[in-house]
Amino acid sequence: MGVGIEVSTLNAWYGANHTLQDINLNIPANHATALIGPSGCGKSTFVRCLNRMHETNPIARVTGTVRIGDLDIYADAKPVEIRRRVGMVFQRPNPFPTMSIYDNVAAGLKLNGYSNRRVLDEIVERSLKDSALWDEVKDDLRKKSGASLSGGQQQRLCIARALAVDPEVLLMDEPASALDPVSTSKIEDLIFQLKSQYTIVIVTHNMQQAARVAEKTGFFLNGRMVEFDSTHKIFTNPSDKRTEDYITGRFG
Amino acid sequence: MRAKLQSGSKLRARIREGTDGLATGLAILSTVLVVAPLIAIFVYLIYKGASSLNLAFFTKLPKPEGEIGGGMANAIVGSGVLLALASLIGVPIGIGGGIFLAEFGRGTKLANAVRFTADVLNGVPSIVMGMAVYGLIVTPRMPFSAISGGVALGIMMIPTVTRTTEEMLLMVPHSVREAALALGVPNWRSVLSITVKTASPGIITGCMLAFARVAGETAPLIFTAFGNSNWSVALNQPISALPLEIYRYAISPYDDQHRQAWAAALVLVVLIVAAVSLVRYVAGRGVLKGAS
Repeated sequence: MGVGIEVSTLNAWYGANHTLQDINLNIPANHATALIGPSGCGKSTFVRCLNRMHETNPIARVTGTVRIGDLDIYADAKPVEIRRRVGMVFQRPNPFPTMSIYDNVAAGLKLNGYSNRRVLDEIVERSLKDSALWDEVKDDLRKKSGASLSGGQQQRLCIARALAVDPEVLLMDEPASALDPVSTSKIEDLIFQLKSQYTIVIVTHNMQQAARVAEKTGFFLNGRMVEFDSTHKIFTNPSDKRTEDYITGRFG
Repeated sequence: MRAKLQSGSKLRARIREGTDGLATGLAILSTVLVVAPLIAIFVYLIYKGASSLNLAFFTKLPKPEGEIGGGMANAIVGSGVLLALASLIGVPIGIGGGIFLAEFGRGTKLANAVRFTADVLNGVPSIVMGMAVYGLIVTPRMPFSAISGGVALGIMMIPTVTRTTEEMLLMVPHSVREAALALGVPNWRSVLSITVKTASPGIITGCMLAFARVAGETAPLIFTAFGNSNWSVALNQPISALPLEIYRYAISPYDDQHRQAWAAALVLVVLIVAAVSLVRYVAGRGVLKGAS
């Protein structure tokens, strides 16, 4: 089951660049939350702070608190533990090129020392079914490389890989921006189904996509969160002038 | 006006086709020039050496100076022993160094020093390497030996393996590393199981290049492995090697030994090609459909 995320006074830097400034935000459990905003506004940095991927860059720095469920992720746990509880899907599909489809999905478990073959088989099948890829790949699980699939299939493979470690939160950083419309709608259908089991945070440039999949939407601008409300409110009656300017296409 | 334009464009088309043909021709010529020396060497070796190849060459020991016949069984086996020793030393250290340069030491002073050292080591003449190992390892208590020969060849493998490993690891996309980290895989595990695995075809090629290069080295063996006209696979005894035998036979005054030197050169080249092909075949067998 998903858990909620509480973010308070989160600040992040890349070198001297103050990319996130005093972000306060409550992301509800078992819902999809969309983050929108122009390029460079900090929304990708923000999700990367939720699984401590931000700090993998040597010049990056973070302050503030992030609570995921009852865990203060910057105080109580190691990055690897957080990342097992908070899955991530990236903008460009990034399957492991030398691994089979099966090994791609099982990678998170295998690389953390899990080896019970029967359980792995079950988890791989369930994850691929949950990511709506099973029917397309079930005959080539071990024969084909993850890199041999189409872009849309690769992205669903990456979702299956993230689901296989049984996370509570799923972060998606523009998961459909490199995909064609058909693959995009498959990913969106998937988000719709997955949010009953996981808390989903999706970064997107596509405002229609935010409107279609998310209950809550946050608008980021220049490293600050301008507005956070129900998606309906953001897109029909935003409180802040800047949000309105952005969603009506006046900039960005 | 129109006609003039057309004739102009016809001329231009012809010039373009001509340029295209010229470029294609040059590319083909270059290809031939690349392949020609290899084929020439092979053909010449077969011409000179094939007639002296017989079962005895592979099974018998060398005859004393001036006698006809005999073989190089000890040199073939000796080369195998020396190269195995060299690979045992050069491949793990080389790959380890490459992993350090690309993954853990990136941008540090130590990494820059290691990289510089590897490049300098790569440029050290092989005869100097032989003398250095002679000075460091060969002592009255441990005279000329297979071990010292293996060490000399192994050290020569290290820089090539290290630098190709580094280059190949740096070619692995950042997104693949991020994928592993985002799954909660510890960094060291991600490096070994994901990055190195993804780069392994290139790393294997680097090892094979280093292997093939030292397989033909003579100079570093003169003061280390020394050569041996009897059977010996003992690691603490002088050992024979094909390049050493080629050198010794080629400068001897006897025609039969000249012929055997040619045969040995042919065998050496064929064995190197066979070893490299075998490793590539074995390493390539696990590759999946569509894997890059």
